[in-house]
Amino acid sequence: MIRASAVDKHFGSLHVLKDITLDVPRGQVVVVLGPSGSGKSTLCRVVNRLEPVDSGDIAIDGVPLPAEGRELAELRADVGMVFQQFNLFAHKTIVDNVVLGPVKVRRIDKETARQDAMRLLERVGIADQAGKYPAQLSGGQQQRAAIARALAMRPKVMLFDEPTSALDPEMINEVLDVMADLAAEGMTMLVISHEMGFARRAAHRVLFMDDGEIAEDSTPEDFFRAPRSERATDFLSKILTH
Amino acid sequence: MHVILANLPLYLTGMATTLEICLYAGALSLLIGTILAGFRVSPLPPLRGVGTSWVTVFRNCPLTVVLFFMAFGFPELGINFPYFWFGTVGLALYTSAFVCEAIRSGINSVPPGQAEAARSIGLGFGQSLTSVVLPQAVRTVVPPLGSVIIAMIKNSAIVGAFGVGGDLYAAGITLTSARGEAALPVLTGVVIGYLLITVPAGLLLGTLERKVAVLR
Ligand SMILES: Nc1ncnc2c1ncn2[C@@H]1O[C@H](COP(=O)(O)OP(=O)(O)OP(=O)(O)O)[C@@H](O)[C@H]1O
Ligand SMILES: [Mg+2]
Repeated sequence: MIRASAVDKHFGSLHVLKDITLDVPRGQVVVVLGPSGSGKSTLCRVVNRLEPVDSGDIAIDGVPLPAEGRELAELRADVGMVFQQFNLFAHKTIVDNVVLGPVKVRRIDKETARQDAMRLLERVGIADQAGKYPAQLSGGQQQRAAIARALAMRPKVMLFDEPTSALDPEMINEVLDVMADLAAEGMTMLVISHEMGFARRAAHRVLFMDDGEIAEDSTPEDFFRAPRSERATDFLSKILTH
Repeated sequence: MHVILANLPLYLTGMATTLEICLYAGALSLLIGTILAGFRVSPLPPLRGVGTSWVTVFRNCPLTVVLFFMAFGFPELGINFPYFWFGTVGLALYTSAFVCEAIRSGINSVPPGQAEAARSIGLGFGQSLTSVVLPQAVRTVVPPLGSVIIAMIKNSAIVGAFGVGGDLYAAGITLTSARGEAALPVLTGVVIGYLLITVPAGLLLGTLERKVAVLR
């Protein structure tokens, strides 16, 4: 479903992604972790080309990512993205946030889009917040609204870039629960997260990124029990102690 | 005071013409300026180039020179319109550069995550600009845009001086030069006339500012 081959990416002289090759089959849930600055966010962002790559190819569901313009926009509509800082449209109510994409991109009529949006908000448990503005919601509610907004496009793939790391601890689980449900329903997901509980519960596969490379690629059981590299062992000991 | 009252009709038609110039030039400059701002933040380098060149030329060129071009350059090229339109369009072109910069700074004040989220749900550049970024930029754009518009109203006097004729500034010239009235009272009338336009415009903009401030 996501296929990246030999992807390289620099920011100036900084080599952020080094010859990344990755194949995520349909329905697989992949958790990516690794130290800060290792290139996790960049990996996530090149998958829907919010960042262009220097070289290499990326394809979604067999379609190579177009360079710019209409085709790229269409492809992005098939790839849902959830951001660390939620990035809900601040000037729109929650339901209007969810409705915008289906109406403008999918050209679904407003009433149908609204009904779909309400169903999705119901599903993530915030239907009662539909008429409020993002700033009036808690972080956990905002992130669930952001997930609903992405789901409204009926994406083939969902990308999550540290969806719970800006949340107060008591709100983390409400978001992880929604994500775990999504995983159980068979959504293809690339999730950057240090939440080990989620990785153990929902992930099929764990990638450990270090310095722009995928240093380990294994199952959650194997990775958390016995990481192969010293860097991963070191990293795990750090996230376990806090 | 007597001069003003005696020539009230001249002052009033002058104010009407000034208003007319300002309404057309204002609308046109807002339109062009918004499109240019879109160009300047566009992902396409040629569009950015057009936007940047336009702003560089019109922001750094004296209005009088722009108007000279419109008044004398274009007729030489065989393009002929009533000068009212040359003057008004010249003022609009000049003002559009400042409108563009005010809007662009407003666009830049919107957190980049907003445009990223818009792109990530598949909105194109134009859609994300009009549905997500510009509505949020309005709040920061209104105050500087107000200054640009007030400056434009004052600059309309230069259009009048170029011979549109019949605007408020020209009314003053007619009275002092052609009819030999004393300058001081005549110009006092002109000042009052401009203040009668700019002060309400400023109040209107202040109201608008408070309106958009409460919008989220
Ligand atoms: N737009 C940018 N311009 C320049 N450098 C950047 C840009 N975005 C990221 N970087 C740099 O690229 C490197 C990788 O960044 P990235 O955000 O992918 O790391 P990360 O693994 O997500 O880290 P974190 O856990 O802190 O989010 C970092 O050194 C970062 O400073
Ligand atoms: Mg990151």
